[in-house]
Amino acid sequence: MKFSVMISEGPYTHEASDTAYNFTKAALEKGHECFRVFFYHDGVNNGTRLATPPQDDRNIVNRWSELAKEHNLDLVLCVAAAQRRGIADADEAKRNGKDADNIAEGFRISGLGQLIEAGIESDRLVTFGD
Amino acid sequence: MSDVKKFLYVNRKAPYGTIYALESLEVVLIGAAFEQDVALAFLDDGVFQLTKGQETTGVGMKNFSPTYKALGDYDVNKIYVEKESLEARGLTLDDLMPLKYEDEDDDWAEKDSIKLVSAAELAEIMDQSDVVLSF
Repeated sequence: MKFSVMISEGPYTHEASDTAYNFTKAALEKGHECFRVFFYHDGVNNGTRLATPPQDDRNIVNRWSELAKEHNLDLVLCVAAAQRRGIADADEAKRNGKDADNIAEGFRISGLGQLIEAGIESDRLVTFGD
Repeated sequence: MSDVKKFLYVNRKAPYGTIYALESLEVVLIGAAFEQDVALAFLDDGVFQLTKGQETTGVGMKNFSPTYKALGDYDVNKIYVEKESLEARGLTLDDLMPLKYEDEDDDWAEKDSIKLVSAAELAEIMDQSDVVLSF
């Protein structure tokens, strides 16, 4: 089955990103195809490389980056949600006159159309959040 | 992207207290450009998103409620409001903004977009949708 995932909550505060990660990893290992993982609302906070959790805790951001590398996953942060919350790649930082970017490896920033497209192109769009 | 899917946007939270209502509306507006079959559902505290006379000066946030009235212009005209949620909050249809659209199949007659449905009917609508996005 071809599925996509939407994550609506940030890391650590909420379990949504953990559950979505475990779901995505398990589905890929079972041979399913993941069309896209879309991060919306506070979910975009899963894509900052500046996160530094304690060493004895899981690193939610790096975990996504590694899964993306391993399975060639498309991790997309919503641009409007990311701008509100201070998540930027080099282009976004330049365009908005910011002095730094903070996007983590394996993530990209794009529009909400990517979420709609994921709904159209996938057999199932699974959402994680409240 | 040839086939048309049934998208249902489920709105369950009051506006302003959290950002979900506003960011849901942003998805609906962007999604309208994709020419899919779109419907919105309002239940639980989500029914407050459609109430008349929203005034946000005191909380210092933008009042985005007028945007709902523009949905008809985006061909978004299936707006389901759950009857039980409305009643539980002491609200009636008269407390909601009148959302209208012009029906191109009926000589552009102005019609109501909002339809009151029971929880059971809404469950049926969800069951028949291809993509359900809950906010």
